[in-house]
Amino acid sequence: MSTSRLSLLLAIALMVSALIGIAMYTNSEVKPTPELEEATVVFPTSLEAIEDHSEAPAMEIQTWRTEAGTKVLFLPTEQLPMVDFRLTFNAGSARDGQLPGLARLTNAMLDQGTQALDVTALAEAFENIGAELSLDSHRDMAVAALTTLTDEPILNKAVDLFTQVLSEPSFPEENLNRLRTRTLQQLKMQQQTPGPQLSRAFQAALFKEHPYGHPAIGTEESLNQIDVQALKRFYHTYYTAANATLAMVGDLDRQQAEAISEQLTASLPQGEAAPELPPAQIQTAEAVHIPFNSSQTHITLGNQVVGREHPDYVPLFVGNHILGGGGFSAILMDEVRQKRGLVYGIYSTISPMAAAAPFTIQLQTANHNKDEALTLTLSLLREFVEKGPTDKQVALAINDLTGSFALGTASNSALVGQLSVIGFYDLPLDYLSELYEALQQVDAQAIQEAFAKHLNPEALVMASIGPEAPKEEILHEQDE
Amino acid sequence: MLKRCLLLLLFLCLQPSFAWASSTSQPNTHSYTLPNGLELIVKEDHRAPVVTVMVWYRVGSIDEPNGMTGISHMLEHMLFKHTKHLTPGEYTELVARYGGRTNAFTSYEYTGYYQEYEASRLPLALELEAERMANLVIHEDEFYREAKVVHEERRQRTDDNPNALAWEKFSAILRPGTGYAHPVIGWQRDIEGFAPSQAQAWYEQWYAPNNAVVVVAGDVEAEHTAKLVQQYFGALEAKPLPHRPKPQLAPPAGERRLQLKLGVQVPTLLMGWNVPSLATAENEKDFYALLMLAGVLDGGYSARIERHIVREQQLAAGAGASYQGIAREDGLFTISATANPGVSLQTLEAKLLEEINTLAKTPPSQEELERVRAQVLANKVFSQDSVCGQAMELGYYAMANIHWQEAEKFADKLANITPEDVSRVAKQWLIPERSAIAHVQPQVQEEE
Repeated sequence: MSTSRLSLLLAIALMVSALIGIAMYTNSEVKPTPELEEATVVFPTSLEAIEDHSEAPAMEIQTWRTEAGTKVLFLPTEQLPMVDFRLTFNAGSARDGQLPGLARLTNAMLDQGTQALDVTALAEAFENIGAELSLDSHRDMAVAALTTLTDEPILNKAVDLFTQVLSEPSFPEENLNRLRTRTLQQLKMQQQTPGPQLSRAFQAALFKEHPYGHPAIGTEESLNQIDVQALKRFYHTYYTAANATLAMVGDLDRQQAEAISEQLTASLPQGEAAPELPPAQIQTAEAVHIPFNSSQTHITLGNQVVGREHPDYVPLFVGNHILGGGGFSAILMDEVRQKRGLVYGIYSTISPMAAAAPFTIQLQTANHNKDEALTLTLSLLREFVEKGPTDKQVALAINDLTGSFALGTASNSALVGQLSVIGFYDLPLDYLSELYEALQQVDAQAIQEAFAKHLNPEALVMASIGPEAPKEEILHEQDE
Repeated sequence: MLKRCLLLLLFLCLQPSFAWASSTSQPNTHSYTLPNGLELIVKEDHRAPVVTVMVWYRVGSIDEPNGMTGISHMLEHMLFKHTKHLTPGEYTELVARYGGRTNAFTSYEYTGYYQEYEASRLPLALELEAERMANLVIHEDEFYREAKVVHEERRQRTDDNPNALAWEKFSAILRPGTGYAHPVIGWQRDIEGFAPSQAQAWYEQWYAPNNAVVVVAGDVEAEHTAKLVQQYFGALEAKPLPHRPKPQLAPPAGERRLQLKLGVQVPTLLMGWNVPSLATAENEKDFYALLMLAGVLDGGYSARIERHIVREQQLAAGAGASYQGIAREDGLFTISATANPGVSLQTLEAKLLEEINTLAKTPPSQEELERVRAQVLANKVFSQDSVCGQAMELGYYAMANIHWQEAEKFADKLANITPEDVSRVAKQWLIPERSAIAHVQPQVQEEE
């Protein structure tokens, strides 16, 4: 329940974040053995005492389909008297149609009143039992999640309220108007800082007319067109049992879990699963710039690669980790930040989605360094695509990625997130173990070939924001 | 995922009204003090085979003299570089080699470092932190290059974000004459003038076992952990630390007002009151009552600010209150809000003050207090879901010199707070002489 409020307070939160200076460091310079300061000292001495291997996560995910047609993924964890429910609908902004912002507003309206309770009574009812409702909307997914204690009366009450939110939202017009005003204010606040404006411009350039191409928050024009009828239509089309996946992690037994999954989905609207989205296309080279009075120039560049369904995804995933994804041990951080101090942050990402898998690099640098930083970044990318990583870099990345699997499955909240992704994207239940095994098979050649095949560094989409655009010819300059 | 642990910390700092509550009655928490003064807190949590190791130093930006603002944060960056046994890059390479994550944070009152791993890596994490505690090497060229990075960080976080800039300027009048009046990242002129010798001196002065707390949480055994800590940190020598006066409540600074014209598009209101913290409260009850006051105002979507200001009167697109009562020195009660179109900051301010005055005159209902407590109790359980979050909490209390056993009593003590107590602290502490208020307006008026 607090998420929507918190998202609005983000701007305020940001100013308080000045409380915390975060060091983000990396250096991928791989040295085979630590330097010996004195002939007899070997550092660290603890390596003998620790395990040098890691294990694939063993998750016994249970699955079934409710009578209404919702796929359920369930993982019992009994140590804490709490449970996390996460319903994902194939109802993200890709389903906005002609009204950008519709998916996000529909999602945000779920806690604004039900047939039985108005917005305040509903909030009081959840808060009286300490249960936390959260709503969220992405490009593919719309999410409704609940965290509650599992003591019997509290659990029953929380599940009843959650069922109401999912099945009987009343979409009161005055609350729509209030959330619309709030969203319009958020749009204005996005004009205050470079990041959100750049992100919007890059999405538009990368996806064009594709359903991922418009801003999920909406536009001033579209937001003013959204009415209660549009919300209800969207809800009845996309918040259906057949279009939902339910992930549950916590202190429930199978019988309880089945009963709750039935209760939560029985009264959802009837309807079909959403049709598949058209696949996003690889774009030709393009550069867009937004003039903005900032002290840094922000640059995002990238293009489509391939997602989880493709055999080259795992080599791309490991390659991305080496190039710029593994924050602390990535080439881009090492060269652009560590060795030259040109940026505070520089990262690359592959984001596998239902109908796209963009590879992107993002950096922010003082205006007078923009051309130097961009030239360097592009030459590093070109070199990586051409030559691939070293064997040592690959070995380090595999150790890093496989060794940290335990961290990604260590809490109920982490697990429910994993289950949600597995369920929503129709991945095999043992996806994480499969990935774990596949990671270990990747070598430098596979990475180089996958990058060379799927990413052309001479055909990148680039968006930038700052007082002046970077020199466009940098994008097309062949490196020596 | 990398940043999740830090987000938890940010949450602790932003929402202290609930952060404290998540401490829990744990028979599985153990604390030790080494002969050299190093404190160790171990939280056993065997749910998953992972461990978080943190070292918290009792030094932050409030300790910095004029001309050296931001040096704690700058030094934090240098700890990822060069040490006696590690050349630049080797620290992060070792962490990656063993599948770990690492990062650090600097705040007003502390500087903290953490590593997260699969649990068997505990000895490595401790050995690396012991190395960083005692054997830092600062090279001139690395230092100046890193100062450029910090300069970029400042541009990104503050200079290009008008709300962050507003907060920085507001902070300068919020706690005048204290170390809280300058930003954690430092004034730009100081960052530009940083010298390696300043960071070296700062390290030598504050990085010592007797100024640090090691927190270990996760799938570990306490006694074994204590032996390992003794093994790696036991030989480090305590240092004489600068004298720190006993924290005491500052007299009212007087009513302060600030008008800011910045590159914001939405007018924003910032209000703060200098109030006691648990450390400076003459009457401990004030701390709990102020927590409850923050809960009644902003403890959820049904609390007064959301209900009255955001929903019923529709004056603000967003608004929130928070009480920072866990602190080394005085506490702070803040309210911030972004105005809706057509609502002046004067009106917004008046209506928010009216909420406080109403509470000062008429105690809140028992039901409201119960609702805050219900959320606090549920959060005690939810917060145990994250190993890293539990380590964060333990360190956070330790930095405010609050023993974890004391923190465990918070929820019970909160239960003794009456509606009249809440009313009394609103009346006693949220007064003009203790307040600072900033109106942040767009530079260019939209209508000519």
